[in-house]
Amino acid sequence: MHLHLIDYAIMLIYVGFVVGIGFALSRYMRTGADFFLSGRSIPSWVCGLAFLSANLGALELVGMAASGAKYGIATCHFYWLGAIPAMIFLAVFMMPFYYGSKARSVPEYLKMRFDERTRAFNSCTFAVMTVFASGISLNLLAQLLESLLGWNYLASLLVCSAVVLVYVLKGGLTSAMYTEVLQFFMIVLGFAPVVWLGLKDIGGWSAMKDALRGVALDPQKVGVNTHAFAPDAWTSAWKPVIAGPAANPMGVDVFAMVFGLGFVLSFGYWCTNFLVVQRAMAAKDMASARRTPIIAALPKMLFPALVILPGMIAVGLAFTGKGGYELPKVQIADGDFPAAVQAVKNVSTPYASFGHTEVLSGQAAELAAKSPSVIQLPQKLDPDKIEALLKDESASPLPDDQIKARLQDAVTDVDYNGIILSLLKKYCPPGLMGLALTALLASFMSGMAGNVTAFNTVWTYDLYQAYIAPNKSDAHYVFMGKMVTVVGIVLSIGCAYVAREFPNAMDIVQLVFGFVNAPLFATFLLGMFWARATSHGAFFGLVGGTLTSALFHLFTMATGNTPGWIKGAALGTMWTFPSDMARNFWLASFAFTTCFLLTAFISLATRRTKSDEELKGLVYSLTDKVDDPHQTWYSSPPLLGAVLLVFCLLLNLYFW
Amino acid sequence: MGLDLRLPIGMIFSLIGALLVIYGLATNGDPIYQASLGLNINLIWGGVLFVFGAIMLAFALSAARKKK
Repeated sequence: MHLHLIDYAIMLIYVGFVVGIGFALSRYMRTGADFFLSGRSIPSWVCGLAFLSANLGALELVGMAASGAKYGIATCHFYWLGAIPAMIFLAVFMMPFYYGSKARSVPEYLKMRFDERTRAFNSCTFAVMTVFASGISLNLLAQLLESLLGWNYLASLLVCSAVVLVYVLKGGLTSAMYTEVLQFFMIVLGFAPVVWLGLKDIGGWSAMKDALRGVALDPQKVGVNTHAFAPDAWTSAWKPVIAGPAANPMGVDVFAMVFGLGFVLSFGYWCTNFLVVQRAMAAKDMASARRTPIIAALPKMLFPALVILPGMIAVGLAFTGKGGYELPKVQIADGDFPAAVQAVKNVSTPYASFGHTEVLSGQAAELAAKSPSVIQLPQKLDPDKIEALLKDESASPLPDDQIKARLQDAVTDVDYNGIILSLLKKYCPPGLMGLALTALLASFMSGMAGNVTAFNTVWTYDLYQAYIAPNKSDAHYVFMGKMVTVVGIVLSIGCAYVAREFPNAMDIVQLVFGFVNAPLFATFLLGMFWARATSHGAFFGLVGGTLTSALFHLFTMATGNTPGWIKGAALGTMWTFPSDMARNFWLASFAFTTCFLLTAFISLATRRTKSDEELKGLVYSLTDKVDDPHQTWYSSPPLLGAVLLVFCLLLNLYFW
Repeated sequence: MGLDLRLPIGMIFSLIGALLVIYGLATNGDPIYQASLGLNINLIWGGVLFVFGAIMLAFALSAARKKK
């Protein structure tokens, strides 16, 4: 498809504004504190929306729609279980230490609380993770632009990252956060009409639920699963999970869901990931810093309607077949075509030797049954369509282009990441299309800028200033921060090519979080709430936890995967899980538990290196409670947090 | 920070909103709206964006006036 002038105009206006914000802010960028920390001067509503938006990358939009189609409403657990409680915990219990300690980054807090080793370890793993995360989202965006608009993959990568580069270089963290807020509104206002049209088209909420009941009973029809489930598997959040891994399309048991996702991964992500915590640390005062995650929690709770619902609508529409809609199918790679086309020709040769058509149809059925394996493609193919193709080819040889087109048409594997774009294509006339694509661009840019600003701060303060070049001038560090922003973006482009090789980006991200964040939350939990935790305990506990992730990854796998370095079980299969997701949740649970136990035992066995006096402001029991006399009772974080938790609980019960 | 964020947000959405409204008026009744279930979605949603942008601008301008 091609875009109209109006679509390009909207995209250009958007790019003009984000770059313009960068330039407008550049005159406020005088010191390192301005560039890396926004001079701790940002109002709380901006921090809150930036906090939310930095996490709302293209990965979230595309991945959540994909999961919505694949797993239905249970995907909301990534929000209601996997985000809200942790965000409120961060606001009420952890923010006072992050903000009050005057640490400039999460690794720096670790240095204050424990020692340099833990900081160095965390800085390195975090730096790797941010680059990976931004590479994955960059890849997604470029792939979408390539498949929808036919834009060149590399050119899309370069143009999009160049825009991010310009505004981050110009305005530092402030510019990243300000544009994130703009992007937040752009994403919401750009996708809302598409969701609205989709819901209207399928006939409203209850019609969609009816269609999803059909999907649960016969998921093979649309290719989203291989066996039937109970009718409510796509429309209930908890019932299918409680019924066990075989009863829900996620293949997850309730323990892995609650402990693995709801506790370890969720708290590990929201409470220790500098990418999001950095947004709250830039707030103008303690009260604003604590309000940041709370302000973010309310829209976060409602986001499933924007990001998960489209996936559910898509799978429902495909099931009913209304308007001829089909879920997008995986594209056959250009490199795979020549061999497959040749295979079609080879297989169909024997057909030609059969004299009459009656014999042919009998033989063809037999050959076609085998043909998907004879035609060596990684995708699953529809045997009926292959049979027809072979018959036609044997009747009279077809041109290569036609064979290619019909092979592609026979693919049955769903391209989950393409779902969101298939809806844009279906519902957007020119104009709205420009707006929706701009929303997609915005989500990608906010995610990338978030990663890049966290990366440059950690690199500059926690690695460069700490170990490579201490005692340089402030201007020198700002210069370094800018240089490393460029480096970070170049590395992300490299990672995008790595990510291109793997189909479900969300699974990879969860895996990386399991490696990095899951054990880290144990370190923070013990560090912030147990004065007895020692630096030896923290360091060896964290290393042990991360090694546990690695071992777990090397020796376990998920059903249906081929063992390998990325999919797991490279060194042997000791344990097989029903799905990738279940495996990730369990990996996180093991890594967390190992780190927790190791840290606790080693701490008890070693002597404390920091006195109570040194730990003041860093550990809960040794710090005076935050008491802000200017704060009105209704803006107190614990109260607001409690209200939000109740609201979140009600949502869970409603969609039980 | 010296920049009131409501200003650029108000500007961009009222600008894009206005653009969509004009485009929607110019293409009213066009077959392109079969995609959006027969609704002139550009006109409708452009209006929504314009109102949102205008509200943001109003907040930003009144804050700036108070400051003076």
